[in-house]
Amino acid sequence: MRLDSWRTGSSPGRRQGLNQYPIPRLGYFHSHHLSLLASTYRCASSVTAILSRSTFIGLRCKECGHPYEAGARHVCEDVCFGPLEVVYDYDAIRSRVSRATIEAGPTSIWRYREFLPIEGDPIDVGTGFTPLLRANRLARRLGLKELYIKNDGVNMPTLSFKDRVVSVALTRARELGFTTVSCASTGNLANSTAAIAAHAGLECCVFIPSDLELGKVLGTLVYNPTLMAVKGNYDQVNRLCSEVANTYGWGFVNINLRPYYSEGSKTLGYEVIEQLGWRLPDHIVAPLASGSLFTKIRKGFDEFIKVGLVEEKAVRFSGAQAEGCSPIAQAFAEGRDFITPVKPHTIAKSIAIGNPADGPYAIDIANRTGGNIAAVSDAEIIEGIKLLAETEGVFTETAGGTTIAVLKKLVEQGKIDPSESTVAYITGNGLKTTEAIASSIGEPFVIEAQLASFNSAWERAQSLQRATWETVG
Amino acid sequence: MAVQVLIPTPLQKFTNDEASVDLEAASVDELLQAMEGRFPGILSRLCDESGKLRRFLNVYVNSEDIRFLNHQATALADGDEVSIVPAVAGG
Repeated sequence: MRLDSWRTGSSPGRRQGLNQYPIPRLGYFHSHHLSLLASTYRCASSVTAILSRSTFIGLRCKECGHPYEAGARHVCEDVCFGPLEVVYDYDAIRSRVSRATIEAGPTSIWRYREFLPIEGDPIDVGTGFTPLLRANRLARRLGLKELYIKNDGVNMPTLSFKDRVVSVALTRARELGFTTVSCASTGNLANSTAAIAAHAGLECCVFIPSDLELGKVLGTLVYNPTLMAVKGNYDQVNRLCSEVANTYGWGFVNINLRPYYSEGSKTLGYEVIEQLGWRLPDHIVAPLASGSLFTKIRKGFDEFIKVGLVEEKAVRFSGAQAEGCSPIAQAFAEGRDFITPVKPHTIAKSIAIGNPADGPYAIDIANRTGGNIAAVSDAEIIEGIKLLAETEGVFTETAGGTTIAVLKKLVEQGKIDPSESTVAYITGNGLKTTEAIASSIGEPFVIEAQLASFNSAWERAQSLQRATWETVG
Repeated sequence: MAVQVLIPTPLQKFTNDEASVDLEAASVDELLQAMEGRFPGILSRLCDESGKLRRFLNVYVNSEDIRFLNHQATALADGDEVSIVPAVAGG
């Protein structure tokens, strides 16, 4: 891989003069400080003029509740190393937001900006508000009555749901004073970080496993970041990046910016509610890699209920993994609430995380909502990709194939009721992983530019199709 | 056994801001005790009350997760590199 040493060598990771948590923001958050804080940042002054636009207050450990200021940190370093989460002032959100204000907003994730952890102007590259497709033909094939495809394979700018999390993370990175951004990625995150960093004029150095699909490598390099292809799997890349983050002081979207980054996935929950006509579905199916997306869709639903934008209703959450990397599905099947890491071996590289940080939370959600977590083989994943393409005209990557294959499996096992309104989350685009299906989708009829040649090829095509239908039965 | 331990940023307040320390230990468990001996207070960050490593912490010996080895009983040899890494999300 090319290394532009002058770029990384000459560029300080952070602006000079900023300490690790450069902006004093709002200090430590305690619940009894909430009203004080709220009144403080409603007061007009040069600093609070910006803060008054934001609705988030600080960070808090998801495990032990310990509060932290809203800096670049992701673990509960004072107590238990649990993950940190953003804390909002929901009264402030409720007072500012209505269905009408959201509908009048931009057609991007920033129509929900009051629910996102930024203070100033967002980096808006048109991310989000992707189609929610009523999937009648796939529904009929599977035996469901009301099925929708949330198609983030056409998200902007890099055709995966990662554009949501990166738009939020890089907006926050800029606010925190970072000038170099980075990530550990299975491919999609690298594409997105490199693209949005280019748009925002941030220096970018990203890390991927060296065995990624060509489309994902090219789809990163074209934005001219420094790209490190690490000889190892994603978990090893991540370990390396944690050490780099410790020493280089860069903004790693999935490490020290993780609390902000992961909030971007909530918009996948908000959009489905809005696109269903301000109602919740009965059942959702989403892929599980680190488990973060799954938990944030849940958080998105919960927040809209909390501020009164949608009527409360039970939603079942089901998760999809590839058999070749299914630590969460295995734990779910065995009734465990802890994850035993695995070494990934599957074509579904974008979700091949052997040590998923949010796995325990994903299991908890599936259990509490009456959902399931299931795994499918690589062959089933390819069939899932083809099934979605043939029935709905949506070409997804391996993660989406996994989701469709698990959707099919759960219907067949009676774990999704045919009458449930069901949403399947498609998180990435098939053009990035063409290797996965290249040998499974047939090939063109090569003919002469003559009618006779076409006639005989058409004849062959018809009989091949008849043969396929006979096997399908 | 002399091993090198890589300390994550959040724990460097215990190690006088050192990102890497050298310690003597023949297993991960012994190493945890040796760390407490050198940097009092650090053990309660690394482990819960029962002495088990906190579930959001990953420990690697020469880049291998100790969950694939012998967990906290994993033996250490001279020159081994042990890294302590809080879990992260991503994809």
